[in-house]
Amino acid sequence: MIPLNPEQVSREALLDMYRMLWRIRTFEDQVRRLAAAGEVPGFPHLSTGQEAVAVGVCAHLSQQDLLFTSHRGHGHVLAKGSDIEAMFAEILGRETGLCRGRGGSMHLVDVAHGVLGATGVVAGNLSLAAGAAWAMQARSVKHISVVFFGDGATGAGAFHETLNLAALWKLPVFFVCENNGYAEFTSREEHSKVAFVRRFAEPYEMPAATIDGNDVLAVLAAAGEAIGNVRSGAGPYLLECMTYRMAGHFVGDPQHYRSKEEIAAWHAKDPIERLKRHIQQSGIAASELDSAGESARQEVQRAADRARGAPRPNPADVLADVYSAKCLNATAG
Amino acid sequence: MSQTFIEIVRRALDEELARDPALHLLGEDVAAGGAFGITRGLAQKFGAQRVRNTPISEAAIAGLATGAALCGLHAVLEIMFIDFATLAMDTLVNQSAKYRYMSGGQLAVPMVVRTQSGAAGGAAAQHSQSLEAWFVHVPGLIVVAPSSPAEAYGLLKSAIRLGDPVLFIEHKRLYTMKESLVEGAELPQIGRAHVVRAGEDVTLIAYSAMLTCARDAAELLARDGISAEIIDLRTLAPLDMVTIAESVTKTHRAVIAHEAVRNAGLGAEIAARIGSDLFDELDAPVMRVGCPFAPIPFAPELEQALLPGTVDIVRAVRSLLN
Repeated sequence: MIPLNPEQVSREALLDMYRMLWRIRTFEDQVRRLAAAGEVPGFPHLSTGQEAVAVGVCAHLSQQDLLFTSHRGHGHVLAKGSDIEAMFAEILGRETGLCRGRGGSMHLVDVAHGVLGATGVVAGNLSLAAGAAWAMQARSVKHISVVFFGDGATGAGAFHETLNLAALWKLPVFFVCENNGYAEFTSREEHSKVAFVRRFAEPYEMPAATIDGNDVLAVLAAAGEAIGNVRSGAGPYLLECMTYRMAGHFVGDPQHYRSKEEIAAWHAKDPIERLKRHIQQSGIAASELDSAGESARQEVQRAADRARGAPRPNPADVLADVYSAKCLNATAG
Repeated sequence: MSQTFIEIVRRALDEELARDPALHLLGEDVAAGGAFGITRGLAQKFGAQRVRNTPISEAAIAGLATGAALCGLHAVLEIMFIDFATLAMDTLVNQSAKYRYMSGGQLAVPMVVRTQSGAAGGAAAQHSQSLEAWFVHVPGLIVVAPSSPAEAYGLLKSAIRLGDPVLFIEHKRLYTMKESLVEGAELPQIGRAHVVRAGEDVTLIAYSAMLTCARDAAELLARDGISAEIIDLRTLAPLDMVTIAESVTKTHRAVIAHEAVRNAGLGAEIAARIGSDLFDELDAPVMRVGCPFAPIPFAPELEQALLPGTVDIVRAVRSLLN
């Protein structure tokens, strides 16, 4: 059990979180680098700058808790415990990838670690997470379902439908909104009348909070309380984490829609630097911290290097897994 | 004892709920029996947790059933009219259909979406469509369309036990059709068509309520000495081209009949495949019978004027043989 008071978080837990923040940051840097080199098919979406939300929430989850994420999901999947090399291999489209190269960056699935899927359609993951929660509830299992989504998803009808259903049925689902201020290239002011996403929980009497999503200790505390609530059977919870993607919407996004000043202001709130300051104040030596960060960066670098050498899928297998083996004429269309 | 389509589908659901404790029924009004009374009494028998009413939120409930299926909780979701399935398209097309493939085989979506389609009784443009071609076009989805009560019984059970996402289309004109079940009959395989009448001169390929028209047409043609073989597709995707090819190789002529609009309908796909795979076998062009390209109108005279039926099939066959 992780204490909710930041002052009581153990030294090991702080260092673990610091390493995970660096793993995600480095992972995204590697994806950006590999994409720029033309090694990544498609268009990956990076979570750089939003790492604290993934780390603070997933610190409370077991492997059996179920996670759904969005097109910007690398950080969540890493924080849930998935193998870094298998993630790189998937994003590079290799046979050893989590989904054997069939899914890619936007469709990461890792059943062994409770990652039931990333979704490329904004808001498409919310009702799936509610469905997984329904399955847990029907079986009286105490595991919960967690879904990460951006503030852009609140423009979709499926968001509102799912909130109603989850509250009505008291489903054990934890809605985690990463409010990064933009729906793709359009600012929250321009795409919604409602400034704060937590407000949408009110009519459904769903508990909700808005927190600083760039402070991993604040996320840790708020997520701990929320998850405790959801696990107790009290129903869903909506946590809105105010954050900022330091990268563009996708790799290569020229970002004409936001100012240098705005980007610089958020760089000053870098979640890694903030945790670093906190840890230093708590008495852990700078050298220990630096070596923790460095070991995480090297671990990710090595995983990326290995994944780059992984075998590519066999084109002869392209029609496998469209249907179950029981289905006749599966390749006949 | 003969039973209506509604009674027989209810019996299939009843028996499957009893057989599989992980099975749940889900949908708008299902606990009260649903708009057509198919699930009547099942909530009382199996409890409100297993036969569960939902809000009118097609997008969310399709996702709910899909997410639950990923965790091994099987759901039969009722979408009251296929016209409303358009509201669930993201889930059905982008999620349910693709999960097995996108996850590299890690996950499956064992789920049945029961829905109801077709024109009858002035239901008009938004409650009468035959939209099966939309779903047939999506790899990963299975589309089943029974043509009779007994067939629906077996196909629904097979669909529930399959392990893939199945769209199960019931035609509203069939709901009052009566038939007796053969007790203990083997369940039909999903993906296999059925030759319901043997013939020599032409193959009639139909499904759902149009099969009745094909049978009537075959009777009329027989009076003129024309022998029609009838294939009931049963499963629209994946398509059983083996059964079609065997028949057309024998009759050398084919007419495909469906109530859906002819334009880009399933008949176009089947005609194209016959044309490319069996060109040397054909003695005549492949003909299609389907709805003209217009929405379903409200007034009975207009509805009747638009809907394809027995006469159109007979006319198509005659044009091939003249």
